Amino acid sequence: MNQKQLVQVVDQYQKSRQQFVETVADLVCKPYNAQFLQDADVISLLCPLLCDVVPSIRQKAALALGRLADHNKNLAMAVVKADILPQLVRSLASQNRYYKKSAAFLLRAVAKHSPELSQVVVGCGGVDALVLCLEELNSGVKEAAAWALSCIAQHDASLAQSVVDAGAVPLLVMCLPEPELALKRIAASTLSDICKHTPQFAQIVVDAGAISHLEQMVLSQDSKLKRQVFSALSQISKHSVSLAEIVVVSKVFPAAIASLRDPDEHVRKNVATLMREVVKHSPELAQVIVNFGGLAAVVDHVSSCRGNLRLPGIMMLGYVAAYGENLAKAVILSQGVPLLALCLAEESEQHIKAAAVWSIGQIGHHTTEHAKVVATANLMPKLLDLYMDASSSEDLQEKSKKALKSVLQKCTYLPALEPLLYDAPSNILKHIVCQFSKVLPHDSKARRLFVTSGGLKKVQEIEAEPGSALQEYINAVNNCFPEEIVRYYSPGYTEVLLQKLDNYKPT
Amino acid sequence: MAEHTTIKSSDEEFKREYFYRNSEAEENREEENRAVIRIQSWFRACKVRAYLSHLHKKAVIIQKIWRGFAARARFRQMVKAAYFIMKMNFYEEMAVRIQRRWRGFFVRKYIHDFYARKKYLEGLLINNELMRRELDEIQDFQEKEREHLKMVKEQTAKIYQAHRLHHLMSTKQHPGVFNSPFRQSPHEMELLLREVKYHTPTRVTPRCSGCFLDISNSVGPTFSETLEPLWIKSTRACDLRPKLPPITSKKQQVKIAKPIGP
Repeated sequence: MNQKQLVQVVDQYQKSRQQFVETVADLVCKPYNAQFLQDADVISLLCPLLCDVVPSIRQKAALALGRLADHNKNLAMAVVKADILPQLVRSLASQNRYYKKSAAFLLRAVAKHSPELSQVVVGCGGVDALVLCLEELNSGVKEAAAWALSCIAQHDASLAQSVVDAGAVPLLVMCLPEPELALKRIAASTLSDICKHTPQFAQIVVDAGAISHLEQMVLSQDSKLKRQVFSALSQISKHSVSLAEIVVVSKVFPAAIASLRDPDEHVRKNVATLMREVVKHSPELAQVIVNFGGLAAVVDHVSSCRGNLRLPGIMMLGYVAAYGENLAKAVILSQGVPLLALCLAEESEQHIKAAAVWSIGQIGHHTTEHAKVVATANLMPKLLDLYMDASSSEDLQEKSKKALKSVLQKCTYLPALEPLLYDAPSNILKHIVCQFSKVLPHDSKARRLFVTSGGLKKVQEIEAEPGSALQEYINAVNNCFPEEIVRYYSPGYTEVLLQKLDNYKPT
Repeated sequence: MAEHTTIKSSDEEFKREYFYRNSEAEENREEENRAVIRIQSWFRACKVRAYLSHLHKKAVIIQKIWRGFAARARFRQMVKAAYFIMKMNFYEEMAVRIQRRWRGFFVRKYIHDFYARKKYLEGLLINNELMRRELDEIQDFQEKEREHLKMVKEQTAKIYQAHRLHHLMSTKQHPGVFNSPFRQSPHEMELLLREVKYHTPTRVTPRCSGCFLDISNSVGPTFSETLEPLWIKSTRACDLRPKLPPITSKKQQVKIAKPIGP
């Protein structure tokens, strides 16, 4: 055999390897193929190709393994068991950019499924290798590395600690001003995943100067980018007052409020989450947001979307109203209460209803004016129904009971209280009758209305243990009326009268 | 002698008497001594008692006078103090009344200023309205931008289609697909086909599409309806400059129906 034929043999082998790897990489995109290929033990065939001489084969092999691991957890565990991760990580430093991209993709596909798999990736030094990739110039490599880091950091605080310890944060912050949109998105999402665990991480991210970049990106047109930016800002501001103040001072808010009209729902949801996290901390911050006109924007946002997307907006209204009665009045004036009534009526999920109920309680419990607004919106029977309904979850029942009690204690609007007399259980009834006993002694028109609408009759029919608070209130109510009327409405009075009639002898 | 005997007998008697008396005295001496002592002591005691009672009385008088004096002085002091306290109470009560009125006024005017709160809430409503209007404007503006971009995209797609389907243009002999004899007027596609000038596919096209997109990007927020793709005949100033044909193979002819030269 001459040299040409020898070279031909080697070439043929290389071509067949190339073809195999490319076909497998294409086939593995479909989940059902992946299962068959796994059963055919393709992983052990691909492993040696990772150390192949030809760089494109190495890269394609890494890509195929990555796609395989991407589909589900078992495949990822199988890839991990094949023990390729350590050698992958070791070889990462010396390879070209396509290989780095595919290797980063593989690490991401493995790490995204569960904390244990991420721990495995961290254990073989994957984080340092990915941080090395972040220092590359090529934006595709940076994007893949950043995505892998975000999948690792999202699971829990110790994994995020290992990411931060490897020095990823300054590099990620440097990725933010890059011109490529995809890189910006991924960097913002990674920072958001890191910040969400503890205040120290948020502080580290802020110290690295992320806020100024994030505030510039708020003005961009791309809605996916805005989603990530607002999510990052809300994770930063949720931890402490000082961090929230830094976010507010950075002039993010006018643009954020404008983004509440973005056509993309998730952008709006993340803006509402940001506002909620900021407002949670102190009344001054809530005042700042209200002065910006944030309440109107949030009310519009909540009325325009459905389902789980409403939740941060509803909670934000509750937090604002909780601070004091003038902020609660501001919420009322911004049409908060009809909106919450609408949410209660439209939504079917328990936790959204619980949040709406809690917000109503926060609005209504300050003064009689606030309670009157809540009562006139016809919310009291709804709250009672939610409390009594056996199909509501415990959380919902608990919250509606608290809200009902707190609003009742300030409610002096009697026409709204009367329907509640009929259905309420005794612990709520106590408060209702207490309110009646407070208002009736002073208002004669209300007394007349009370008698004619049958409320007095109902109060007489209530059975209460003598000496309990309920009995005292009933007595106080009865004392507001002349004795004949009380006797007239007491149960069984007709029998007493008829008996008197029987015993009467006309003279 | 008689006297002598009498004297002697009296002497004897005297002696006897003397002795008797002495013995009597002697016998009674103790008792008498004791009695005398008793009497003397009793008398002395009386004297001392009288003296003591005298002293007592005088002391009592002195003490009485002193105590009266001291008590009256104290009483005067107490009266002064009580008077002082009464005055202070009065002042304090008056001061409390003043302070109460002042504090009520101050709190109602400055701290829980009702009118400021009312103004604030009204201002908040106005602010909300303004914010809503601004947001509506921004939203409309962004909508218009997006619509415009969409329209531009659609238009370019149509032009591109027209460029590809140039062969469906109607000729003098035979009406084209888009120019059915049953229609009142030709379809818009037909009109587009007529306007689009056929360029043989050279490397010019990607450059044109590229620079078209650049133009559309830079126009962005200040959209103008005068945007025209390059395939349409135009008499813009840049097209009037002499354009050299690209260096391609002989078969392709680039028809540029623009006047070359001023």
